Amino acid sequence: MSPGFTARGRAIRLESIVKRWDDTVALDQVHIDVAPGSFTALLGPSGCGKSTLLRIVAGLEQASAGRVMIGEEDVTDRPADKRDLSMVFQSYALFPHLSVAENIIFGLRTRGVKRSERQARLERVAHLLGLEALLERKPSALSGGQQQRVALGRAVIAERSICLMDEPLSNLDAKLRQTMRTELRALQRELGFTMLYVTHDQVEAITMADRVVLMNAGRVEQAATPTELYERPATTFAARFIGTPPMNLIPAAAFGQAGLRLERALGVAVQVGIRPEAMHPAHGAGTFEMRVTGVEYLGADALVQGRIGEAPAQMRVPGHAMPEVGSTVAVSVAADEFHVFDAGTGARLATPDPASLLARTGFSVATRGAEAPVINQRTP
Amino acid sequence: MLSRQWIHGWLLLLPALAFIFLFTHIPAITTIWNSFQSTPRGRRPSQFVGLDNYERLIGDPVFWKVLVNNLWFALGTIPVSIALSIAMALFVNRAFAGRSLVRMAYFTPTVLPLIAVANIWLFFYTPGFGLIDQVLGAFGRGQSNLLGSPDTALGAIIVVSIWKEAGFFMIFYLAALQAIPPQLAEAARIEGAGGWTIFRRITFPMMMPTTLFVSVNAVINAFRLVDHIFILTGGGPDNASSLLLYYIYETSFRFWDTAYGATLTVVMLALLGLFAIGQFFLFDRKVHYK
Repeated sequence: MSPGFTARGRAIRLESIVKRWDDTVALDQVHIDVAPGSFTALLGPSGCGKSTLLRIVAGLEQASAGRVMIGEEDVTDRPADKRDLSMVFQSYALFPHLSVAENIIFGLRTRGVKRSERQARLERVAHLLGLEALLERKPSALSGGQQQRVALGRAVIAERSICLMDEPLSNLDAKLRQTMRTELRALQRELGFTMLYVTHDQVEAITMADRVVLMNAGRVEQAATPTELYERPATTFAARFIGTPPMNLIPAAAFGQAGLRLERALGVAVQVGIRPEAMHPAHGAGTFEMRVTGVEYLGADALVQGRIGEAPAQMRVPGHAMPEVGSTVAVSVAADEFHVFDAGTGARLATPDPASLLARTGFSVATRGAEAPVINQRTP
Repeated sequence: MLSRQWIHGWLLLLPALAFIFLFTHIPAITTIWNSFQSTPRGRRPSQFVGLDNYERLIGDPVFWKVLVNNLWFALGTIPVSIALSIAMALFVNRAFAGRSLVRMAYFTPTVLPLIAVANIWLFFYTPGFGLIDQVLGAFGRGQSNLLGSPDTALGAIIVVSIWKEAGFFMIFYLAALQAIPPQLAEAARIEGAGGWTIFRRITFPMMMPTTLFVSVNAVINAFRLVDHIFILTGGGPDNASSLLLYYIYETSFRFWDTAYGATLTVVMLALLGLFAIGQFFLFDRKVHYK
């Protein structure tokens, strides 16, 4: 905690939130628990309801059903300014006719905070965000990154226990976005408030958040830590959404007899998920074979497009070891890199002991070698 | 080649240039020139009289009367119609059933021909059986003659003008309101601002360019009004409801004192110019253009 800032995060709890507009259901029975002082990202494709959910937490939108709890209080029917939270909008929503200083202290002014107090807090926030030299400027005379800082300043000056952010970095260029990611995260740690952060960018969510709530079509697909989300995706949607390139989903039948035996052992039609970075060219027989149909050279590594049986798949290989197009390569995969999903529902199937299951069904899996997969951190 | 382009350029400009000279610049210069001449009468051609016309104007009690009338008229119509138009724009900017119907109703006075408007109000004001007297009569009040008495004639015309102008200005304010991103109000709401604070600190300041535009137009309109007076009062009684332009009209085209009419016109143009410049300076620091 830096001296002078006393914000303490409070928990947010969403219970059975439903939002309907006429016939369309934007949010369907959403439960989310956000731990006090944590950084939680709401991640999902556009139109999945994440922004609506954030606006319901903010009090800018009313849920059709369900409860919003902040701390221990039920704030469902409370107006936005009585919820002890601040918000940063995607467009920043700076007041164009007011100077930077006036923008930042807007809330203090409306709440009748004394002039000396306002000034002291403004100086602290300006110093924290490096805005000292810009206080007299109008927002139109600032760059995108500076405007972003002003919006942050307005959000943190009141020292609320919760800060909501709606895609705050999406209007910045790639390089600045990366810097701001680090800064935002540091700011949140330093001030200790609870952060609820909406984004459609998996890299943002995974690099910044303590916990990621992955949403799809108005429902929560999975709420987990970034590591768990990557390593144990709960559904095929989560498997495909996290990771670049996405996880390969291959119908079991593509693996021939071994695949059919796997389906029989589990009792349902399954899809096998394997990350492109979990596949390695084998020196011996390998786990299965892949016919190479294309190679994409990326520098440090290369993406190999191919087919396993008839199913399309991608494999990540080191850039110096690209296979020939048209050749067939043997691929080895470790047992715990096999993700098995129910082909009908898309849900992950529990496989308590994957190694013996796969051995039983005839997959010759690799033992975990030196090459451990890493989360792909390339920025898009 | 270069000179050919030059000719083409002027040829393309010519139609517009001809019209602007024919209808704006030449009449303006002729008017100023005429104000230093005497009015030609019969066989006597006009002759240069210097500032005689301006001296006559300073000594003309009717001129001062209509000028004062006009100032009262401007003061009575402009602030009220602007306030009213903002209120109407705010009202029809929110979503409610029948919104477009209300918008249309507000805008109708602007669409109606001026003569029709004046006649409608003439009926409202008619002593005895006009709408106002019928309503007043229901409460046991006697007849009134709003247009006919010197004390109320100008006020009655002010009311008509507000009714006519407010709907027109509302359109501009509605456009300005819709250009303000809704996130600004939401951000202010989260920061604890109520409806009035949002209006005072965000909505109204952000509509300042519109307010400047509307107020310049309102001033011009206030000095341009002639048709309502023509129908409603004819400037009477005893010039109580006569305004500057109506006086110019009467002088020039009823009494055919064209030189004096030109003098009055020059004075009015100078006044309008001063007002417009003054407004720009007055508003300058308050107006924020994006």
